[in-house]
Amino acid sequence: MIYAFYIAAAVAIVSTAMVIVQMNIVHALLYLILSLLSVAVIFFVVGAPFVAALEVIIYAGAIMILFVFVIMMLNLGTQSYRTEKGWMRVWTWVGPVLLASVLLADVVYMLVSPARLPGGGRLPPAFVRPYAMMVGPRAVGVTLFGPYLIGVELASILLLSGLIGALHLGRAVRPESFIGPVSAKKPGSSKKTDRGEGTVKK
Amino acid sequence: MMPPIPANPAPVNPLRMDMIPMNYALIVAWVLFVIGVIGVLARRNLLFILMSVEIMLNASGLAFVVAGSRWGQPDGQIMFIFILAMAAAEVSVGLALVLLAYHRFGGLDADAANRMKG
Repeated sequence: MIYAFYIAAAVAIVSTAMVIVQMNIVHALLYLILSLLSVAVIFFVVGAPFVAALEVIIYAGAIMILFVFVIMMLNLGTQSYRTEKGWMRVWTWVGPVLLASVLLADVVYMLVSPARLPGGGRLPPAFVRPYAMMVGPRAVGVTLFGPYLIGVELASILLLSGLIGALHLGRAVRPESFIGPVSAKKPGSSKKTDRGEGTVKK
Repeated sequence: MMPPIPANPAPVNPLRMDMIPMNYALIVAWVLFVIGVIGVLARRNLLFILMSVEIMLNASGLAFVVAGSRWGQPDGQIMFIFILAMAAAEVSVGLALVLLAYHRFGGLDADAANRMKG
């Protein structure tokens, strides 16, 4: 179990360091997903399987998908074709794949290796026994909706304000509301982009 | 069979040698946080800055979970869930701002925003 922790920690540090030295944003995103996965393995090792699952589902799943969407929206025309062609090369994904294989071997080792007791006895492998100091989803749920109920309400307000903020920032803006240098648009073309005004008139 | 909810702060652990030393896991969280800080300070691409902020949030969540699991309490995991909700809200607003800045300044350079007035 302790070696599983060491390997996962090494993968986490190496992949996170690779995130901030990359020049290509997609390579950095691959390494960031790997970093989140290895942190999830650390969560599993220290006895928090619920947040390990949340880390994989929400962080590596949902939040990283947002980044991918934004990168896809920023690439335009022939540049995106060249970028897509560049992603298919071997050196793009060989590093993340190697680190991910190390992480997979780590998880498999952790699950199938029997634990030694101090007296010399052996326990069955980790996937058939509740391991040391595990705090399962039941304890987390009972505490979350017990003493921390006000925090849940505050988190829902925060998520709602984030939703409204993203909606406000991402709406179609009128060209005259720009402050900085804008590409000059004809005044007649703003009708098409302004969706809010169009629905009011109907 | 579900394990009972721990009521006392120091549950007896029969598998003491199975445990991870808290110092090592906290060192890992510290290293990840420092990498995130270096990323925020050194990179000028807005998307890289957002990713470094995500690394820092993740490192603080790791510290919370490790400290919570040291005493077998679920509070650390609950703080991680709150950090997760905060990160989701932050990244949605931040990416909308990145898109807005890209269309306004024509690039992802954070130094291009020093022309903002008012």
